[in-house]
Amino acid sequence: MRVDGEELVTEAGRTVAGLLLALGRVSWRTTRGGGRPRGVFCGIGVCHDCLVVVNGAADVRACQRLVRDGDDIRSQDGAELPA
Amino acid sequence: MSGPRVEGPVVVIGGGPAGMAAARAAARHGVRVLLVDSGAALGGQYHRQNSLAGRDRFALPPGVGHLPHTVVWALEPVPEGGHRVHLHTGPADGPGRTARSVATRALVLATGAYDRALPFPGWDLPGVYTAGAAQALAKGQGVRVGERVLVAGTGPFLLPVAASLTAAGAGVAGVLEAAEPVTAWLRRPADAVAGWRKSGELAGYGALLARHRIPYRRRTAVVAAHGTDRVEAVTTARLTSGWEIVPGSERRVEADAVCVGFGFVPQVETALAAGCALDGGFVAVDAAQATSVPGVFAAGELTGVGGAGPAAAEGEVAGVAAAKLLGARPAPPAAALRRVRAGRGFAAALARAYPVPDGWRTWLADDTLVCRCEEVPYGELRRAVREREALGVRAVKLVSRAGLGQCQGRVCGPNVACLTGLADAAAFARRPIASPVRLGELAEPPADPEPGT
Ligand SMILES: Cc1cc2nc3c(=O)[nH]c(=O)nc-3n(C[C@H](O)[C@H](O)[C@H](O)COP(=O)(O)OP(=O)(O)OC[C@H]3O[C@@H](n4cnc5c(N)ncnc54)[C@H](O)[C@@H]3O)c2cc1C
Ligand code: FES
Repeated sequence: MRVDGEELVTEAGRTVAGLLLALGRVSWRTTRGGGRPRGVFCGIGVCHDCLVVVNGAADVRACQRLVRDGDDIRSQDGAELPA
Repeated sequence: MSGPRVEGPVVVIGGGPAGMAAARAAARHGVRVLLVDSGAALGGQYHRQNSLAGRDRFALPPGVGHLPHTVVWALEPVPEGGHRVHLHTGPADGPGRTARSVATRALVLATGAYDRALPFPGWDLPGVYTAGAAQALAKGQGVRVGERVLVAGTGPFLLPVAASLTAAGAGVAGVLEAAEPVTAWLRRPADAVAGWRKSGELAGYGALLARHRIPYRRRTAVVAAHGTDRVEAVTTARLTSGWEIVPGSERRVEADAVCVGFGFVPQVETALAAGCALDGGFVAVDAAQATSVPGVFAAGELTGVGGAGPAAAEGEVAGVAAAKLLGARPAPPAAALRRVRAGRGFAAALARAYPVPDGWRTWLADDTLVCRCEEVPYGELRRAVREREALGVRAVKLVSRAGLGQCQGRVCGPNVACLTGLADAAAFARRPIASPVRLGELAEPPADPEPGT
């Protein structure tokens, strides 16, 4: 799978948020208004702070999504329109 | 399904301690059950399974169908009685999930709760987590949120969080409890008794803190977080009994993460969609866990916060009641009913011992974000009320935009209600769509209207 263009191998069963945090990242999106960095806040799918782009689809909650083989994960900038 | 008659299995929404107990109890009395849960594995927040471990710890009896990775995104009353439950199964927030719906005459809601987080300057910096997030990441992913972490807020939940962080290898720089819990527990004899039953567990955490030399401070809170792109330090302060900062007590502490939790907020959207009455923000239930809506039962943190044990007891009672509604003839679940009564006592004592007084407002600056999604600062919210006279929930939302973002007011709702003096705190929880849906998914007709059990 890929994270922001970089190929990597990871264990099955990780959430996208778990993977990104394990890689040492604390933020992977910016807010629509102030462009502020955000990562995990609630950890259970409630706050929508952890949004990320997975396989071209924006607004995926990283704390809820399990990583799959071949996933292409990248940071999200503000509000991204559907591809 | 043919004709207007609504039937089908007991549908249980939520696979935590409450939902699992409800499903087991109903199945024991011979009715079919469909257990729907958004998680990959059963267990909910308390029995959170580590998704890296592979094997499932929980087995369900025959007669219970479990739909994992499935969210209930809408709930519709059926005119003839009962409800139609709309489901999406598939990878979270992905396009192309399978849409289905199932009708039921006996619905058990067990959707649990999430952390209440209070705003403070810098709380939107990466590195600030809810206590539950730290717990979920440690237990479910084996990830520690920082090397030097402060745990702050109120309530006994802070202690297992500190324990999990320690087990995950994080250094916990302190546990800050905003309340004065010992005095609070002792104020009423009944509360002291309820608290005493849990004291063994608490003593265990006390020993753990001592072993790891983790300071535990009462009447203290994290009142600001500092950093540019992430948390680098925090300000802690002593609090008065009303939670205002004691002048001169502020200290700057280096930390790369802070975990905050101020009790729990029930996830009431499916309950509100069904039209269930609330009481103090929680779903109101009778002794059989029946809500105000015929055929709808509620169990677990949705009805009050007392921990996993009472949640499971309520689930069992709800499952038995749901089976009875569908024609089973169960004996009253006497032991579970006793545990529910004790649990309610404990939950009430807990709520009294760890209140959230209004003084936290004084921690905020004009530019402190209150609504994280729409980036609404406190000053803006105040202007909406003072200058533009936004007095009701709708007006506050429309004028300030607080609560209109992606989380739909789940995080800021109770805080905005408190800051603007709104009477109806649950008003923010009235949302027609319980879980995010892509527009493409809305446009598609259900693939398989009746999931098998
Ligand atoms: C993040 C977090 C971590 C916690 N960790 C602990 C802990 O380690 N120790 C402890 O003692 N207590 C913990 N708690 C407290 C915990 O809430 C309770 O003790 C207990 O888990 C409550 O059980 P429940 O069955 O009521 O709800 P939960 O265990 O919360 O279960 C609710 C289930 O419903 C599902 N759900 C909700 N809405 C939908 C929907 N629309 N569609 C489909 N499924 C849905 C959720 O995914 C979840 O699996 C935690 C709470 C939170 C919020
Ligand atoms: S961290 Fe809150 S939704 Fe993912």
